[in-house]
Amino acid sequence: MESLTLSDVEQKYYSELFLSCDVDNTKKVASNGKVLDLFRAAQLSNEVVHQITELCGATRLGHFGRSQFYIALKLIALAQSGLPLRVESLNSVRDLPLPRFVMGKNEQETRHAVMFADTENQGPYFPRPPGRVQAKKVSAHEMIQPCVPTVDPQPDTTSPVVSPHQSPPTSPHAWRKHKRQASGGNVDRQPSVPGVVWPPFREAQPGPVTGDGMWSAHSPPPVQESWVSFTDTPPSSTLPMHPPSAQVITTVRTVPSAMTTNEIQRQISGYDDPWKITDEQRQYYINQFKTIQADLTGLIPGSAAKEFFTKSKLPILELSHIWELSDFDKDGALTLDEFCAAFHLVVARKNGYDLPEKLPESLMPKLIDLDDSAVPEPATEVDFSASPVEVTPNKSPSMPSLNQNWSELNQSNEQWETFSERSSSSQTLTQFDSNIAPADPDTAIVHPVPIRMTPSKIHMQEMELKRTGSDHTHPTSPLMANPPELSDETKLAATIKFPGTTVGDGYSSSDSFTSDQEPISSAVNRQRSHSGTSPEGLKVVAPPPPPPRPHASHSRSSSLDMNRNFAAVPAGPQQPGVVAFPPAVPPRPLPTQTSVPHGHRSVEGDGLPAHTSTSPHQMPEQPNFADFSQFQAFAVDQPADDGENTSDKTTGTMKTAKNDIQSEERNATTVNSAKVSTPLAPPPKPVRRRLKSEDELRPDVEDLPQKSNVIATVLATQPSIPRSIGKDKKAIQASIRRNKETNTVLARLNNVIECDHRISLEVQLEQLRPFSHL
Amino acid sequence: MFHYTVHTSLDVVEEKISGVGKALADQRELYLGLLYPTEDYKVYGYVTNSKVKFVIVVDSSNTSLRDNEIRSMFRKLHNSFTDVMCNPFYNPGDPIQSKAFDSIVSTMMVQAC
Repeated sequence: MESLTLSDVEQKYYSELFLSCDVDNTKKVASNGKVLDLFRAAQLSNEVVHQITELCGATRLGHFGRSQFYIALKLIALAQSGLPLRVESLNSVRDLPLPRFVMGKNEQETRHAVMFADTENQGPYFPRPPGRVQAKKVSAHEMIQPCVPTVDPQPDTTSPVVSPHQSPPTSPHAWRKHKRQASGGNVDRQPSVPGVVWPPFREAQPGPVTGDGMWSAHSPPPVQESWVSFTDTPPSSTLPMHPPSAQVITTVRTVPSAMTTNEIQRQISGYDDPWKITDEQRQYYINQFKTIQADLTGLIPGSAAKEFFTKSKLPILELSHIWELSDFDKDGALTLDEFCAAFHLVVARKNGYDLPEKLPESLMPKLIDLDDSAVPEPATEVDFSASPVEVTPNKSPSMPSLNQNWSELNQSNEQWETFSERSSSSQTLTQFDSNIAPADPDTAIVHPVPIRMTPSKIHMQEMELKRTGSDHTHPTSPLMANPPELSDETKLAATIKFPGTTVGDGYSSSDSFTSDQEPISSAVNRQRSHSGTSPEGLKVVAPPPPPPRPHASHSRSSSLDMNRNFAAVPAGPQQPGVVAFPPAVPPRPLPTQTSVPHGHRSVEGDGLPAHTSTSPHQMPEQPNFADFSQFQAFAVDQPADDGENTSDKTTGTMKTAKNDIQSEERNATTVNSAKVSTPLAPPPKPVRRRLKSEDELRPDVEDLPQKSNVIATVLATQPSIPRSIGKDKKAIQASIRRNKETNTVLARLNNVIECDHRISLEVQLEQLRPFSHL
Repeated sequence: MFHYTVHTSLDVVEEKISGVGKALADQRELYLGLLYPTEDYKVYGYVTNSKVKFVIVVDSSNTSLRDNEIRSMFRKLHNSFTDVMCNPFYNPGDPIQSKAFDSIVSTMMVQAC
């Protein structure tokens, strides 16, 4: 045999082919069978084939030895390039392209199947995308180079190229069909894409045989290899040949999951932009996206993406970097675009490309998905759902570079960031201050309470006077409404009628009262307004000077409750039960009021309405707020309620309510008149009580004349409890006492709260002091 | 050599955040003053809501740094840190190897000088 000098590439190629033919591993290839198929695949006429066979000496030997085989291959190459078959030319011809073999579809498919099956074992190889050979382009021949899965010992460094038509059942390599570049001039080395080592490639490139070996084309071989492994579409074989410079990048995706080890490797020809995603690739990515997240407009959470990309067996650091690049909005999740970009980067990395420092423009989000339609080839070819990418070199249309978006985003981000920086700095400093001194009107109102305490009886009387003089200016006359509630629907509330409805009104009116510190007058007013606010108001009415509750704040909140509570509002126990009363109160207060100790009534009656109105919790509307008598009764009851939760409350509350109201109002701020069982008189009281130690309010009430006592007792006890009308003064006084106590407690609390902040600041100062003179 | 400084400053930070019980995101200034007569540097601390502490050590000879600047530096650090955290591949506790993060930090340092 003539000596044959082969270039490295040829060497590799030939050896691969030989191995592929050498199924039996006998190092001899029979002339029949695969060899012939191979030769025929070279698309040479039979004559030529025969001639070649003769030339190489196979006929002599009857079989193809390795050398013969090589010679034959070389001759084929010669023939394909149109050169005469001459033995002499074997060595003389330089730059002979590798012989090309065209595979028939069937074979391809078969091989394909084999490949698939074979690629199960990943080993060092990556599952190869089932590439189908595509119909070649006019001049392109598909070179089928099954990658011998390195399993076979490769004699040379280059793993022998398996002959195309050999579908090595055992060889776990994937067949790769590469499309040869149209320019046949160069040896097209198909980069070994699929995980399987690409023998030639391996040689040519330092492609590591490791898992990453796939992409041996680290430095894209100078020769353009544009080959794409397609999962073919039989019908249209658009062989996208890349223009010369194209570097095919096979995207290797090792996704053991659905892809079953078949990963697509796409090759991107990125001669002008290595990062462009071709349509096929994009389609593939989209399909992958769907496996994780069915909704294409949805997001893939970080954990899912992490799992997915971890399968690619890239080092975590690189994956982390890829993530950083691709998670554009930094939300910890990947949109479709982000996912495609990430996938693309993974593929590129697998193929040996270094990761960029910044996201390439073509990968920026908003890459289009539109172009998918451009590629006719569906993903069908991809058996493993990984559609081999057909390099469409020129196309990269899909990616409209989104520079502008990026830059815009960048700018906007920066601006945004600067804004945040700027603004936040001041915020932190000021936040503190706002926390100081919650201006609690209630608390503020509470303060006045003490003032009222002193006059006590005098106040009461004054209140009464005022009350008498006052008219139901307060529409809501919470007192009116409250009493009913307080008195447990009968006593006090008569006027309160509107326990529920009037609450609002009561509040408003009560508000005005709240400010009214005067026990009596305020009580009167309060009672009126209380109708809406709280039953306490009613109760308070009785005691003229129910602490001018900070109706403003409280009343509102409590008014509603107050209305309901009407009956039991005393500061102490919240008036849960009171609430119930208001509704039915209206009619009752009258009788109750009347029953109320008249002594009180005169004052209380007026006072109650006033109280109620004033008490913050008073029911908003006390239509009958004018009906002070009711309140009185109510107020009376209320104080009594403190100790007694009886139905009498309503009546008793009337009176006590007055007192209570007053006292409550005093403590109004503190008391949450939520319940406000006594809409009128009670409201104030209960409100106050609610706030804090409502009982303390009662003491305030005590100052009031007996009415206050009554109210206090009524209110103090429990908001919801309808005080028994018949509370005696003792009870009322007790309630008043309690209210007062509550008041003082609340006042103290107020101070404490206010001081608290100062203290904390001081503490901080102390802490810092040591460092000041280090 | 700054490790020691940083570690000691951690104690102070802990003390501050535990004592006051206020918003954890306080940006406190931790001024160590002169540990050594020759050495004069300031240490600033910053704690996030998740008790992640940032410490900046600044040379006192660099007097041009104002408090606001320090605050903005912390803010940037915090933002970058959250970006790093968002990366599912990052395990909290690992040294941060994010290039973006490093670049931001480097930029900041350059600016500070």
